[in-house]
Amino acid sequence: MEEKVNISSKLEVEQVKDGNSKTCCTFIMHNEDHTLGNALRYIIAKNPDVEFCGYSIPHPAENKINFRIQTRGAAVTEVLRKGLEDLHSVCQHVLTTFESAVEDYKHNTDQNVAS
Amino acid sequence: MQQNKPLHNQIPKRNQLYRKVLIKLTLETSKMYHIEEMRTRLTLNEQSLSNVHTTDFPGSYSGYNDAWDSRKFISNFRVKIISIDDKEMQFDMIGIDASIANAFRRILIAEVPTMAIEKVFLYNNTSVIQDEVLAHRLGLIPLDVDARLFEFRQTDDLEGTAEDTLDLELNIKCTKNPSAPKDATDPNVMYKHHKVFSGDIVWIPKGNQSDVSCVKPVHDDILIAKLRPGHEIDVKMQAVKGLGRDHAKFSPVATASYRLLPEIKLLSKITGDDVKELQSCFSPGVIGIKQNDQCEEEAYVVSARMDTCSREVFRHPNLKDKVKLSKVKDHFIYSVESAVGLAPNVLVSESIKILMTKCRSFLRELDNAQDKEMDTQ
Repeated sequence: MEEKVNISSKLEVEQVKDGNSKTCCTFIMHNEDHTLGNALRYIIAKNPDVEFCGYSIPHPAENKINFRIQTRGAAVTEVLRKGLEDLHSVCQHVLTTFESAVEDYKHNTDQNVAS
Repeated sequence: MQQNKPLHNQIPKRNQLYRKVLIKLTLETSKMYHIEEMRTRLTLNEQSLSNVHTTDFPGSYSGYNDAWDSRKFISNFRVKIISIDDKEMQFDMIGIDASIANAFRRILIAEVPTMAIEKVFLYNNTSVIQDEVLAHRLGLIPLDVDARLFEFRQTDDLEGTAEDTLDLELNIKCTKNPSAPKDATDPNVMYKHHKVFSGDIVWIPKGNQSDVSCVKPVHDDILIAKLRPGHEIDVKMQAVKGLGRDHAKFSPVATASYRLLPEIKLLSKITGDDVKELQSCFSPGVIGIKQNDQCEEEAYVVSARMDTCSREVFRHPNLKDKVKLSKVKDHFIYSVESAVGLAPNVLVSESIKILMTKCRSFLRELDNAQDKEMDTQ
């Protein structure tokens, strides 16, 4: 549904010329900004296998971020995958907690109004 | 052999050992306290802020396991609703990092889709408002419609379909009021339809749209233009689904913001004349006065939550060393005000779902990239 307009996400993988491409990599994420960039950076930097993780917006007029990961030996693609999965499960938990809190709140206020 | 030693030789030694251990322990606990403070509190100093950034990454602190642990996250995470009505809500989100909390806020402002007028076809405009200004004003009117029922319109599509476009019309002409008294000076009496309001906009259902939803502006009393007799506005409009990052008119919130929970600690007893002075340094209701054991007035912190963190207290030399101001780094007090027809809690849920969609689409992209790599090898 969302992919129809120019908001579709696209991932490019930039390999480094020097160094081990399995452990260092820059991912170019199209149509993304600090919203995903910073949240993902936090989750990936929490991974003990990760030596460095950071992102930049190369130019404010271009809708993309350069997302860099360097690991201590683990495969970068797997680190990125774990990061995305962790962020997804965080959101899932936030969503269920938030919605049940809203339910509880509405239930309680309804009861107060009734009594 | 040792048992034969006289007792008085042992006692001082033991005491020394106890003292050493005790000193080491207190040092250790104060160090631990200091580290814990660095990790969890943002400190407000007289001229600066300290411990602003998130530092709890693996390897930053010895003795801490800072690797991502979803069980720890789940056990710490809490949401507390303070208030909800159909336009505004406040809630606390506790136990989450600023980067993720900020992502929700940013998505609420810029990436939750809404419907807004995008194209205006002017058939007649003899009012004093220029065509382009009128079109812009019409675009900013919030519409009471659930954008989740609609699709994004293709950029090359000029007509639009029932799935992605709403047709609206505004046709109004100002006339003299024939029954107005001759000496009337009030335009409300002299003219008919001299004010164009958002409530004058009429929705023309396309296809089966009338079964699914009912469209009207959120507010009926937004003044669009003022007319005089003979002036006429006749426009047709198309509303489409869009994102706030494309244009602010698509933003579903009037405000979506958070602040951190303030914390105020009184480092020493504050009594006497200082009490009133301290109270005046903070927002009303933050500092209370009680009678202590010596029957003097003593200040205490009632609730730091209401404080605006003005740091006025640091301008008072007699008080500045007696107070410590900080904020809890993982306690976010959100306030979300909906500008469209959807309830604010629905918008927050949508924003969380959008972040999940982002994760899923990149996981899919990653799979595709790896498949391609496999094919080339």
